[in-house]
Amino acid sequence: MAKTQVRMSVNGREVEALVEPRTLLIHFLREQLSLTGAHIGCDTTHCGACTVDLDGKSVKSCTLFAIQADGASITTIEGMANADGSLSALQEGFRMEHGLQCGFCTPGMIMRAHRLLKENANPSEEEIRFGISGNLCRCTGYQNIVKAIQYAAAKLSGAPAKEAAE
Amino acid sequence: MNTAVLTRAEREARLEGMGCKRKRVEDIRFTQGRGNYVDDLKLPGMLFGDFVRSQYAHARIKRIDTSKAVKVPGVLAVLTAEELKGVNLAWMPTLAGDVQMVLADGKVLFQNQEIAFVVAEDRYAAADGVEAVEVEYEELPVIVDPFKSMAPDAPVLREDLAGKTSGAHGARRHHNHIFEWTAGDKAATDAAFASAEVTIKELISYHRTHPSPLETCQCVAAFDKIKGELTVYGTFQAPHVIRTVASLLSKIPEHKIHIIAPDIGGGFGNKVGAYSGYICAIVASIVTGKPVKWVEDRIENLTTTSFARDYHMTTEIAARKDGTVTGLRVHVLADHGGFDACADPSKFPAGFFAIVTGSYDFPVAHVAVDGVYTNKAPGGVAYRCSLRVTEAAYAIERGMDILAQKLGIDPAQLRLKNFIKREQFPYQSALGWEYDSGDYHTAMNKALDAVGYPALRAEQAAKREAFKRGETREVMGIGLCFFTEIVGAGPSKNCDVLGLAMFDSCEIRVHPTGSATARMGSKSQGQGHETTYAQIVASEIGIPADDIVVEEGNTDTAPYGIGTFGSRSTPVAGAAIAMASRKIRNKAQMIAAYLLEVHESDLEWDVDGFRVKGLPEKFKGMKEIVWAAYHSPPPGMEPGLEAVSYYDPPNMTYPFGAYICVMDIDVDTGVYKVRRFYALDDCGTRINPMIIEGQVHGGLTEAFAIAMGQEIRYDEIGNVVGGSFMDFFLPTAVETPKWETDYTVTPSPHHPIGAKGVGESPNVGGVPAFSNAVNDAFSFLGTTHIQMPHDHWRNWAVAQRLGLHR
Repeated sequence: MAKTQVRMSVNGREVEALVEPRTLLIHFLREQLSLTGAHIGCDTTHCGACTVDLDGKSVKSCTLFAIQADGASITTIEGMANADGSLSALQEGFRMEHGLQCGFCTPGMIMRAHRLLKENANPSEEEIRFGISGNLCRCTGYQNIVKAIQYAAAKLSGAPAKEAAE
Repeated sequence: MNTAVLTRAEREARLEGMGCKRKRVEDIRFTQGRGNYVDDLKLPGMLFGDFVRSQYAHARIKRIDTSKAVKVPGVLAVLTAEELKGVNLAWMPTLAGDVQMVLADGKVLFQNQEIAFVVAEDRYAAADGVEAVEVEYEELPVIVDPFKSMAPDAPVLREDLAGKTSGAHGARRHHNHIFEWTAGDKAATDAAFASAEVTIKELISYHRTHPSPLETCQCVAAFDKIKGELTVYGTFQAPHVIRTVASLLSKIPEHKIHIIAPDIGGGFGNKVGAYSGYICAIVASIVTGKPVKWVEDRIENLTTTSFARDYHMTTEIAARKDGTVTGLRVHVLADHGGFDACADPSKFPAGFFAIVTGSYDFPVAHVAVDGVYTNKAPGGVAYRCSLRVTEAAYAIERGMDILAQKLGIDPAQLRLKNFIKREQFPYQSALGWEYDSGDYHTAMNKALDAVGYPALRAEQAAKREAFKRGETREVMGIGLCFFTEIVGAGPSKNCDVLGLAMFDSCEIRVHPTGSATARMGSKSQGQGHETTYAQIVASEIGIPADDIVVEEGNTDTAPYGIGTFGSRSTPVAGAAIAMASRKIRNKAQMIAAYLLEVHESDLEWDVDGFRVKGLPEKFKGMKEIVWAAYHSPPPGMEPGLEAVSYYDPPNMTYPFGAYICVMDIDVDTGVYKVRRFYALDDCGTRINPMIIEGQVHGGLTEAFAIAMGQEIRYDEIGNVVGGSFMDFFLPTAVETPKWETDYTVTPSPHHPIGAKGVGESPNVGGVPAFSNAVNDAFSFLGTTHIQMPHDHWRNWAVAQRLGLHR
């Protein structure tokens, strides 16, 4: 099948590649760029395991062709750690509050939470639950994911780090 | 660190041993997208396989034409049953003693059954190839309802079994009958019913559902023709068992097969069995000489690789008028689909369903389970529960509520009256199990106190009166469940898979500078084994958990184990790790005695080393002892410090718990609101309370999903209705209730560290609690039993049937 050239910025790096017009963005990221952090959990845009940040919005990269991302700026989970390599506030929050188990939904969940906190730096529990309702988790029951996002919100707003909840 | 200046408490804290809310080791990689899941693998020259699947639930295959498919750009080969027959792999044995088609051989028995396997250069070309395969079918009459399966004129589903009047589990009464399995004393039970003051009888169905981990089943098979060796990376909950199965099927010697289960994105029972995709990927790799990847999509996952439940349980309880139970009789019609591929120990075709007497002191009981074939997907896996235990818990917990309603006794009081008492443990159940330990009254009373049970009942009574007066359109339900699980399969005297005793294993190597590697026969799918197993070792041998790496999933390095399912990791592998640790500690004690120039018996263990009794200043820490094991072992002693344990459990473990759900249902819309859910678990010794709580949250969420809507449904011609996340209910953060957790601790007397396992308890106990809440909400309007799942529409339909809509 004829291929088309795409250019985009991924985690701050300019990339150029040839893709089939039908190549999904998730397959492009995972297979051509070897960024395997975003996962595939369903075929119907329900689970959100493939969530990445595209031009300041959370998108499910399984439902976007790579060519639709031509010229875009994309951040994936691989671009989320702090510049010195340490865990970012959200990543640390997920660990401190036991907000993950099998880890399969985690990259998408963190990417969604990242955008949520950009849009609303101090969300209520209800706003968090609604804000992540496009991302499914089979392991945690969400309760500790909510706490993880609250942990990150508090840390990013300069509140003193609190102990993990009892 | 100079441990000599630390206090005892500081030395204990620094180990992060058992009881510590240790943060997870796994999270460092998972939060950065650095997990290593099967689909992340990319091997040189790797090909991709995809299935052609049946449109029909029951049909004869007249013709398969692959000629157009093999011409599709990128397609290299198409496998059908004809090709597989050449290597004697068109059929494969199941764990339940049946056989199953790998690719359709002459006919199909369920929708989406595998017909052909297209191998191509990438997943897009493979999908193109699938589109180009032409299959001609002749439709056959379909059986969807298991109650019609054994009708005299029912169509023959399994023509391969023609004339076989017995199967792996005894006599077959009908061409669609698989087995009848019974337990208990039938005559005594019938007598108890004949003389009973009160009886109840109800068909309690547990609908078909699916474990649906977020990562589907997948593998990469790589056959090395030069070495004659096969490597398979896969989503395997039981890697060693897969190796043995692969060897038996392929005739490749077991030492030349390498099974590697990397990080697994959830399992919940889905990833125990051997599926067509694995076999086809292996054959395709042998045929093409290249690695072949197979990845299920979600629809394939929900509709083909295993289902759970589909048990239809006619439950009868005999009792005295005061509520004392005198007998239990259950008949189960079990829908196993087109092939019997249940993942049970081989002598237990109905799993451990005989735990159906639950937490109650039934003097007599009898159960009979009939397994039947239908035109549905095979499977019958234990979806986050020990084998058929959630079905058993549902039957008895609904049954007790129905009995309470009939007698006009409060369901909590009925349970308290009939509980097995603390002094009765170890307790011999009427159906043959020996419950190891329990303190049910304490747990139940703690739960009732925690929720303020009498006040809730008073509120409910007031609300019912208000409803009758037309002042509210909401009904309120209080759902109780007191479950007893049976987990940790299991003792070699009665538990095996494919003839393999169900032990599990651990190998620990302590390295000269004081760190250690522990390798396990189990396999985490998210349970956090790398974190919790290290805590057990830390407490047992005094090496900080951070200095212990836990490895699982590589059959080349790990000792043989039966894997992780049925909550067996803590009861069996967790015991193996403690026993291996103790072997190391015993050798360390000999070395310490030599170093301190005393007799071994003069030493006592003290957190992280040995101390001479009565001489507290004479102490040798593990770090020093370990170095001595490699540097200056006592004369006559082998150097080194390692140990292996294969643990054959003497008994199962019996975790229990008390769950209470409070729910309000709007009768005009059917919309329910879970106001409160309280879960008290007793899993014996608690290794990591943070992880236990996380397991309970997750299991309750799955229980909520199952009870309130999650279902694999079929229409009357066998089409799967709702085989994608469009329809299959996976709750989001918005629907999911908030969970309150609590605990009591009743250690297992036979387990080395007293632990019982917890991961599956919340699913086992959660489902009855939700269902009892819905049933309790409507019961004052005259209902006895409302079938699950209780979604908004069905709640509305119940209200409609009751004439509540104006």
